[in-house]
Amino acid sequence: MSTDGTFWRAAWIGLAAFTAFGLILGIAGKHPLQAYLDTGAYVLGSLEGFTELFVRMGPLVMAALAVAIPARIGLFNVGGEGQIYMGALFATGAALHLAQAPSWLLLPATIAAGFIGGAIWALIPALMRVAGVANEAITTLLLNYVAPLAVAYQIFGPWRSPESSSYPQSPRLAEAATLPVLPNTRLHAGLLIALACLAVFAYVFHRTRWGLEMRAIGGNRTASQHLGLPVRAYVLLCMALGGGIAGLAGMAEVSAIQGRLVAEVSPGYGYMGFLVAWLAGPSARAIAGMALLFALISSVGDILQITQRVPFAVVNILMAAILFSVLCAGRRR
Amino acid sequence: MIAALLIASVAAGTALLYAALGEIVGERAGIINLGVEGVMLVGAACACAVGAMSGNPYFGVLAAALAGALISLVFAYAVVDCAANQLAAGLSLLLLGLGVSALIGNPFVGAVMPGLPSLARMDALVALVLPLTALIAWGLWATRWGLQLRAVGENPTAAFAAGCNRRRLQYQAIALSGMLSALAGAHIALGVAYTWAEGMTGGRGFIAIALVMFARWNPWGAVAGALVFGGAEASQLQLQAHGVDVSPFVMNMLPYLLTLAVLPLTGKRGRLAAPAALGRPYRGVE
Repeated sequence: MSTDGTFWRAAWIGLAAFTAFGLILGIAGKHPLQAYLDTGAYVLGSLEGFTELFVRMGPLVMAALAVAIPARIGLFNVGGEGQIYMGALFATGAALHLAQAPSWLLLPATIAAGFIGGAIWALIPALMRVAGVANEAITTLLLNYVAPLAVAYQIFGPWRSPESSSYPQSPRLAEAATLPVLPNTRLHAGLLIALACLAVFAYVFHRTRWGLEMRAIGGNRTASQHLGLPVRAYVLLCMALGGGIAGLAGMAEVSAIQGRLVAEVSPGYGYMGFLVAWLAGPSARAIAGMALLFALISSVGDILQITQRVPFAVVNILMAAILFSVLCAGRRR
Repeated sequence: MIAALLIASVAAGTALLYAALGEIVGERAGIINLGVEGVMLVGAACACAVGAMSGNPYFGVLAAALAGALISLVFAYAVVDCAANQLAAGLSLLLLGLGVSALIGNPFVGAVMPGLPSLARMDALVALVLPLTALIAWGLWATRWGLQLRAVGENPTAAFAAGCNRRRLQYQAIALSGMLSALAGAHIALGVAYTWAEGMTGGRGFIAIALVMFARWNPWGAVAGALVFGGAEASQLQLQAHGVDVSPFVMNMLPYLLTLAVLPLTGKRGRLAAPAALGRPYRGVE
């Protein structure tokens, strides 16, 4: 977004995607213009609507980093969704089992467990990739379907809260295991963690030797291998770091938003994060900006669901329209 | 119990086989399509909508096939004409399918659908799948069209030099592949579940993609694979029906874990069977 040309290109793509989505909604007998106006009023006209953008920006930035870090060395991590669920699962496990531990230890342990859960879930496809067994795109996608089942197993079984018999969920996490929340809003420290991760990523990738080596591997893996770069170690490390950061997003949802483990940890942040990272490329500022745009899009989805009884999943059309526009725009041969 | 298990495996494997056949046709033309799951959902939603409105499930199946081909054309435009990254375009197709199917299926949530008439769980789509496998195997290996399509998937530049129309062949492959994926969705909706639910195909599209590697890009190999994976899905239901005390959530993980477990079995020789130009955007002259 640095030069005027790219800004106008982005503007055109956004306009095309929102128009296409509006047309499809119109054909389906809905009122797209009203939905856009309602979203505008909600986001700009209420504190809740405005802060909600930043509440969602956090997990989106982390889910985007989960994709962006492996993408720099040419890997496709499409497993952000599963890694978020695993992070939530591990974080809850730590918070519940260490509840007797000193309170200063509980939050760091919960955060670390979330990271480890996501990292493990990303290491499985990374190991399969390094072993030359399977492409990570398909394995990460398959694992996305396993992780929510593991969460469901725990909250329907061992961790089921005794006080809520009708609705399966874990017991409430201890106060000391929850991230600080800004009073009167849902804004929480997860956003700060996300932005810190983003800053570290930007510094490491653009300013250090490791970033340079990552760019070399992303540019030409075979040549890097012949140069003696530890390509396999980078594959494992980048996937684990990416998965771990996605796990932090799951941890934050459990620790700050829900306060307990529930069946639906994420409304598809993993997939949205993939789009954010894909559209933004290596620039940290672009990742932050795109995450905010996708937070806005998910608000459109909420508004459609509430005011026009359209399923939230319909907003996926808008995301697909944006990605298709970018993939097709200006690249026609 | 064995007979019941076999019948259930065939019912569950049919949808996987349709989707895998579609993916094989596409990948043989050099196009990897991660959006199968989305197209399956569109097929399921259209089958339900048209089946419920017309009262005739066969109209639903036809509508699904048509819709699957149509929605795949968006993907075809991106990867064939715009040389877009196929993995990213496939994921866009997945999201598009998720959204479009939610929109189409929404009025029919919870309604019971007119199912395909069946005899011992054999409905028209189950009966058609083996003849269709034979037809696709014949088309890919015994016709000029199939030879040209596979040539485009192996080496588009050489295929062009030999007079193949890469653009037309890839469009045909993607449309046919979309049609078959949508039939898979239609079978899940009208042959197994008899209802519409959001995301009801539950990742079977991705299992089908893995199945294609397992089958070494061969339609007959996909038949064997579909029976194995269909068997995993069916045995989970059979065990539950016989009161075996395993958490349903753990059982539901089985098909995905099994898929991950068999991927190494493809082996090095198996992976060499992949079309050489698979997944590479073509940027040559034409």
